[in-house]
Amino acid sequence: MLEVRDLSVSFRTEQGLVRAVDRVSFRVAPQEIVGIVGESGSGKTVSLMSMVGLINDPNAVIEGSILYKGRELIGLPQRELRRVRGQEIAVIFQDPMTALTPVYTIGWQIAEQIREHERISARGARGRAVELVRAVGIPHPEQAVDRYPHQLSGGMRQRAVIAMALSCNPSLLIADEPTTALDVTVQAQILALLKRLRGEFQSSILLVTHDLGVVAETADRVMVMYAGRIVEKATTRELFTDPWHPYSWGLHDSIPPLEGPRPRRLRSIPGSPPSLLNLPRGCAFQTRCRFRFAKCVERPELFGAEGAHRAACFLPPESRSVLRAGIGQDLKDAS
Amino acid sequence: MSDKPADLADLEGAALPPKLARGPWATAFAKLRSDRAAVAAFILLLLIVAACLAAPLYAGDVSGTDPFRSNLNGKIEIEGKKVPVMQPSTTGLGLGTTPIGPTWDIGPFLLGADNQGRDVMARLLYGGRNSLLIAGAATVICLILAGAVGLTAGFFGGIVDTVLSRLLDVLWAFPIYLLAISLSIVLIAHGIEIGPISITSGSLWLPIWIIGIVYVPYIARPIRGQVLSLKESEFVLAAVGLGVPAGRILLRDILPNVTTTLIVFVPLMMALNILTESALSFLSIGVQPPDASWGTIIQDGQTLLYTRPMVALAPGIAIVLTVLALNVLGDGLRDALDPRSKLRIRQG
Amino acid sequence: MLTAILRRLGQMAFVMLGISILVFLIFFATPGSDPASRIAGRNASPQTLEAVRQSFGLDQPLPVQYAIMMKRLFVTQDITSFVNRGYRVIPAVMQAAPITLSLVLGAAILWVIGGVLIGLIAAATRGSLLDKGLMVVGLIGISMPVYWLGEVMNLITQSRLHDTWLFSWVPTLGYKSFSVDPWLWFKTMVIPWFTVAVLYAGLYGRVLRASLVESLQEDYIRTARAKGLSERRVLLRHALRTSLITFVTLFGLDFGALVGGGALLTEVVFGLQGIGKLTFDALQNLDLPVIMANVMYASFFVVAANALVDMAYVVLDPRVRSER
Repeated sequence: MLEVRDLSVSFRTEQGLVRAVDRVSFRVAPQEIVGIVGESGSGKTVSLMSMVGLINDPNAVIEGSILYKGRELIGLPQRELRRVRGQEIAVIFQDPMTALTPVYTIGWQIAEQIREHERISARGARGRAVELVRAVGIPHPEQAVDRYPHQLSGGMRQRAVIAMALSCNPSLLIADEPTTALDVTVQAQILALLKRLRGEFQSSILLVTHDLGVVAETADRVMVMYAGRIVEKATTRELFTDPWHPYSWGLHDSIPPLEGPRPRRLRSIPGSPPSLLNLPRGCAFQTRCRFRFAKCVERPELFGAEGAHRAACFLPPESRSVLRAGIGQDLKDAS
Repeated sequence: MSDKPADLADLEGAALPPKLARGPWATAFAKLRSDRAAVAAFILLLLIVAACLAAPLYAGDVSGTDPFRSNLNGKIEIEGKKVPVMQPSTTGLGLGTTPIGPTWDIGPFLLGADNQGRDVMARLLYGGRNSLLIAGAATVICLILAGAVGLTAGFFGGIVDTVLSRLLDVLWAFPIYLLAISLSIVLIAHGIEIGPISITSGSLWLPIWIIGIVYVPYIARPIRGQVLSLKESEFVLAAVGLGVPAGRILLRDILPNVTTTLIVFVPLMMALNILTESALSFLSIGVQPPDASWGTIIQDGQTLLYTRPMVALAPGIAIVLTVLALNVLGDGLRDALDPRSKLRIRQG
Repeated sequence: MLTAILRRLGQMAFVMLGISILVFLIFFATPGSDPASRIAGRNASPQTLEAVRQSFGLDQPLPVQYAIMMKRLFVTQDITSFVNRGYRVIPAVMQAAPITLSLVLGAAILWVIGGVLIGLIAAATRGSLLDKGLMVVGLIGISMPVYWLGEVMNLITQSRLHDTWLFSWVPTLGYKSFSVDPWLWFKTMVIPWFTVAVLYAGLYGRVLRASLVESLQEDYIRTARAKGLSERRVLLRHALRTSLITFVTLFGLDFGALVGGGALLTEVVFGLQGIGKLTFDALQNLDLPVIMANVMYASFFVVAANALVDMAYVVLDPRVRSER
């Protein structure tokens, strides 16, 4: 349903061309939840924004192809893109506290979106809004609809934002760190809500996060991004049971263990993400990878079959488990 | 690899982020310098100030007349002929005299003469000195007073704050021009004597103090607000938690921020003050004769408005240029020092 | 709720009381000032001075004089001028009020429309030449002394271009009553309206633009765009509505100050006998009762405007409502 091919987003800056997103390709099937994982600056948000034409920067250069239901989105005139936004592809953002206009009730804002894309009376739109508010689990929907955003808690606001996003039954919902600003119990509720809504509204969800736990909980498939590139693609189960890329190993290992002896030091991936102006030649992760070798100065492609587990790493598949086990041993010795 | 724990290993060989090449003031200055409009405005202001400072030079060498002495019977030379400065009127009933118009020539009466036969251009330059001086001094007084009041009220709170705030409320609600005019009228008539300090009625200190005081509430209130919010800010709370004495918090944490705000206000306040002083002088209750300021010259030009408009136009244009430059400079300064500032002065 | 209103009213009364005392002190208690000698004129003999003092009650202690004046102003409303004996002040103020109101209302309509247009267009096209041009025009508007602009307008419309079709319709200076001849009234007021509006339109245009540009950076604008709303709707319905709060509050304060007599310079230049001119004439003659009445009138409007603006804030910004 959504097919992204070689998407690249670069920004012209005084210091040169910055490639925030570098030849990213993936697919999203109907009613599928796809997670994109990466640190800040990995290019995940920029990829999302470029998909619906929300990048306003005149210095941005967007290349590649984004096919939505067979229709090319890159290069589409704003007027057409606006029809897609909100109605076909909806976006929810990270911070629910500031995502809604403070001077209008949530019911008004939901109705505004509906009426922008469909011909419907004000009363009809309000009725729909009430139903949506009920569907996302906000109590007393009839009254809640007339509340202002500041009168709702963070979790409620995010539900309202989700209700608004789903109001026109979009086929794709893009969620940029939807739970990062919320506390953990509320996080769980929102994630459960998203999963339920996937069935009720038959939407696919593209979920961007830096939190592996969120991905484990919700996603069907996962993509790991680093320095603007996809470094691994797998199903959730595959990624958690048998990750292939050293970066993914690092991400796993940084999760504090629930069982076993308590480590004296928390593990982290040594080093820090490279500046996008100063990427190493070849694999972007090599500066932090303990397994780097001569071949890494070439840019690795995603090795593996299309649609199956793939990773962008030159390490031979047979040696993976051995190398990974080696880290485990080193870490055990050190702690 | 190494046998150091993983997290310390990553510091090895990593470079520290480069030390900031310059502090906040230098950064702001650089930003200001790159703001072309602000630089142009600053240069314009320098030119205006230089021209006004050169007034005696102009009056002596170029114009050759005394801009403060009535010159009703003077004559000047135009194209070899001696022409009286005050010429018989050709308008109206043909009675009375009309001063000579602009010669547009470097020399006497570049902009013509006023109704006392005096050289308008020379008076313009001398008047500029007074206008700029009054505005500048009033700005300094206002900002110091307002800063002190705002700081005291905001920092000490309690009864001090209540009393000061009520006073500020009353002053602030008093329509500002009315207040300035009232004070001017009363004080101009007699001068003022408070204890050892006495200011005679013709002194420039009167408008300076009046304008300076009248705008204090406009600045003191935002400063007080800023101090109040700074008191709640995390770095101040941290200092309090560390046991830093109040005086040092005031000096080290709060004062620098307030000073930045005050500095941003300087050009904007000057612009406002020039306009206020000129209004007062126009109403004949600002600068008193024989002194001149741009406002008094506009007043002089009123009777000549339809016959010799340049007398009233020139000082107005001078005011517009100066105030415009000050506003542009003020905007640039604010963008450079404090771009997220919500503090703005009301004008008009 | 009731206590809040009462507290507010009390505050207003306190401020007006403070202003009245301040005015009184300025004119009566400034060292070196002597109202009697002002009234009697220079070179008055001591007997005249004494007679003047007695007849105007100036020999009473200050607080008593103040109390008497306040009583005559508010209670019996028969306060009379010091300069023109028997000239009753309150009717004079009431007569001057509609003139000022005509001036300020007309100018306000012009400047609000102008300011909103300037601010919107500049924000919508921000960074462009049009934006910069509008801001420069606004800056020039703020930098002109209003009385000078009035003089320039007079120069153009009454003298230089008066005979051309452009301005031949401009009548002579001085107010023409609306009830007598509405069309003439209108023609008289157009130029003064424009003069006042220029300053404020420039100011409000700049303020609105800054406020809009700031609003447009907010997250909720990003959400609105993601909803697929047109840029125009985003600007007008979301950004403007939020920026309007500042705009309206500023407007309330300025309008209040002007109606109270703040347009005094414009009235003087155009010969309109409004409150401002009345106040100025009284100030020049040191006619204290008239001054006091006018200052009270003016400060009432300022204080009332403040209160109204605070109320408007509550209406316009739902976030403030819950905090009450």
